[in-house]
Amino acid sequence: MCLAIPAEVTELLPDGMARVTLDGVGKIVSVALVEDVAVGDYVVIHVGYALTKIDPEEARHTLALLAELAVAPAEGAP
Amino acid sequence: MSPKAYRRRLDIKNGRVDLSHGSGGRAMAQLIADVFHEALDNEWLRQGNDQAAFDVGAGRMVMTTDGYVISPLFFPGGNIGSLAVHGTINDVAMAGARPLYLSASFIIEEGFAFADLKRIADSMGEAARAAGVPVVTGDTKVVERGKADGVFISTTGIGVVPVGLNLSAEKACPGDRVIVSGTLGDHGVAVMSKRQNLTFDTAIVSDSAALHELVATMVTAAGSGLRVMRDPTRGGLAATLNELAQQSKVGFRIDEDALPVKPEVAAACELLGLDPLYVANEGKLVAIVAPEAADAMLAAMRAHPLGRDAAVVGEVVADDHRFVQMTTAFGGGRIVDWLSGEQLPRIC
Amino acid sequence: MKYVDEYRDGRLARSLASSIARIADPGRSYHFMEFCGGHTHAISRYGIEDLLPANVRMIHGPGCPVCVLPVGRIDAAIALAERPEVTLCTYGDLMRVPGSHGTSLLRAKAAGADIRMVYSTLDAIGIAEAEPERQVVFFAIGFETTTPPTALAIRLAAQKKLSNFSVFCNHVLTPSAIQNILESPDVRTLGTVRIDGFIGPAHVSTVIGTEPYNFFAEEFAKPVVVSGFEPLDVMQAILMLIAQVNDGRHEVENQYVRAVTPGGNARAKAEVAEIFELRKSFEWRGLGVVPYSGLRLKETYAAFDAERRFGIDYVPARDNPACECGAILRGVKKPVDCKLFGTVCTPETPMGSCMVSAEGACAAHWTYGRFRDHARRKAS
Repeated sequence: MCLAIPAEVTELLPDGMARVTLDGVGKIVSVALVEDVAVGDYVVIHVGYALTKIDPEEARHTLALLAELAVAPAEGAP
Repeated sequence: MSPKAYRRRLDIKNGRVDLSHGSGGRAMAQLIADVFHEALDNEWLRQGNDQAAFDVGAGRMVMTTDGYVISPLFFPGGNIGSLAVHGTINDVAMAGARPLYLSASFIIEEGFAFADLKRIADSMGEAARAAGVPVVTGDTKVVERGKADGVFISTTGIGVVPVGLNLSAEKACPGDRVIVSGTLGDHGVAVMSKRQNLTFDTAIVSDSAALHELVATMVTAAGSGLRVMRDPTRGGLAATLNELAQQSKVGFRIDEDALPVKPEVAAACELLGLDPLYVANEGKLVAIVAPEAADAMLAAMRAHPLGRDAAVVGEVVADDHRFVQMTTAFGGGRIVDWLSGEQLPRIC
Repeated sequence: MKYVDEYRDGRLARSLASSIARIADPGRSYHFMEFCGGHTHAISRYGIEDLLPANVRMIHGPGCPVCVLPVGRIDAAIALAERPEVTLCTYGDLMRVPGSHGTSLLRAKAAGADIRMVYSTLDAIGIAEAEPERQVVFFAIGFETTTPPTALAIRLAAQKKLSNFSVFCNHVLTPSAIQNILESPDVRTLGTVRIDGFIGPAHVSTVIGTEPYNFFAEEFAKPVVVSGFEPLDVMQAILMLIAQVNDGRHEVENQYVRAVTPGGNARAKAEVAEIFELRKSFEWRGLGVVPYSGLRLKETYAAFDAERRFGIDYVPARDNPACECGAILRGVKKPVDCKLFGTVCTPETPMGSCMVSAEGACAAHWTYGRFRDHARRKAS
């Protein structure tokens, strides 16, 4: 039951709500479950609620690891 | 000198349809005249008959019928009226035929606002004029409140097929190319954005359009290489390909990377848990064409405003199981099966 | 789509696939259970199986809350919806789940019950506010990902003093299910099901963190890698699991570092703890009765508990005897092993919940993967 998608917070609204945008599609969701949400943050949205923020540093780290695997010739896991 | 005949105009702004407008009396005549005849105006309607008469030319004729029950009635990019005109013209055009005439029958719910009815009729008129295909005859009924979702529209369209052209759903053969005329899922997403419990905002508008002129260029370019065309409406591209697989007794191999989908449509589908392959289109077609004619036909499509994003998305293969197989953008394989039930937005 | 498309890159997929093939020991096979239904769906939908070597196989676990909902609970929801004063709000996923005697929410709706599909619990609250004369019941299901939204809705209903809103609670817990599988005879003693490691759920873990899995890794000596949802995430997680198995390690690793932390979402956990408490036991379709695996509303929030408000009597209902959902949910059997699969039981006419939910093993296999069965049959 985990269908969730990352979307960008584009506007903070009263009562713990916010507008998020995904490639031009906007939706109003609750951010009451996540602390310190700011415009520009990316949050994971599930059934109309933000569950957590995406950490851009960690996201970059993961992609870097994946890219490394693309060139790594030898054996071994990351 | 006789006194000037006074007939009070319908109060389009505030008035509503009531049962008297369906009873065959003066009120109905006025509704038809002030709303439908005005919007759809042409020489046949002006004759005021219950039927339209016209000469039948040479060649094979095509006839199609359709029902429109869309909700909401008004959506970004159109309404039930323009949709009815485009959809019916397209059904005729999918046979490679030149659409000639349309009929339209309205079942209107008691209490429906004249203003909305006029908007719908006006849209139909505009669409019909732009396409050069008049609505030459019609019918009006009014039913009690609650028995129709605002208005239902039923149509018939007729056209004539060029001599020698014989498109059919049984004609796809292994090696043929599958071409779509443009981006997938626009209409379904546009309509869904207006549904009550799924509100999301988007700039996506319905792709509702009459395709007969695009079809004419395709028929010329592909000649006998064109096997069959179909418009992927309800059930999307998935439904169309599965239908054709069964009817032609073949399989398909589709390349997910090749499917044209607008980023916003992809995003909306992600948010709702939908697959663009199953989302309705109202201004697109799928064409199966022999490999030697594919390039020429594709070029002709891309030269037309309604085919700018046309793309080859796959090919026909021999397959006893009639599977529509797809290579995912990720590199793995999956099938694109028939839609099960209604596509409900998924959260899982 | 940012943070999505990058993790679907086909090019990177191919290099990950070679890395997996390189480190997978050809002398043995690897069996990993993905617990989360979302992973089951992603694996099928992207055809990830095609990119794995033949000796690395995925077992679909019971992480689909629709699939594990017992028939009796669907029957209870339908009975609720059939009360004239009740408006039952539900997620779309539940509409076609078969109850007893060929019923379903969709059929009940067609017969006149006021059942409304909602995208969010907030929609249900909105309906309760807009229609004060209706008794609005929200049919709550889901693992830890979906529980905080229900908790928030109940808190909101309490704040707004909505006397016409209640929740029919069927929330369940992930660690309990994993434990149940690991302790089952099939796994622990009989060895019918070989599980070498787990792919930990993506968004359940954003809420509960990675800490709860430490127990399984230690107690049962199985590696757990928490994985994101996108296909590259899943493949990277498989790579990490193979490495652990090869090294003889059984640790909890986190592949989904961009969204999951060891402690999870403290605020979400607090919201849930405020509203819900553990049931002593709860019946899971396919797993039977599992202790301390389900949640119910605390006494303080009893006013919003539909079971108390409407006096719902839970009547366990039997599954179709030929239906293998139970065995399939535990990974003991595959969809093709079920006599009903593809004949009597299809997405149009589902006999059991594995076929109804898009992430159920049977539905996923039918919808995306059954073309491989014919190829396999031809080959053998």
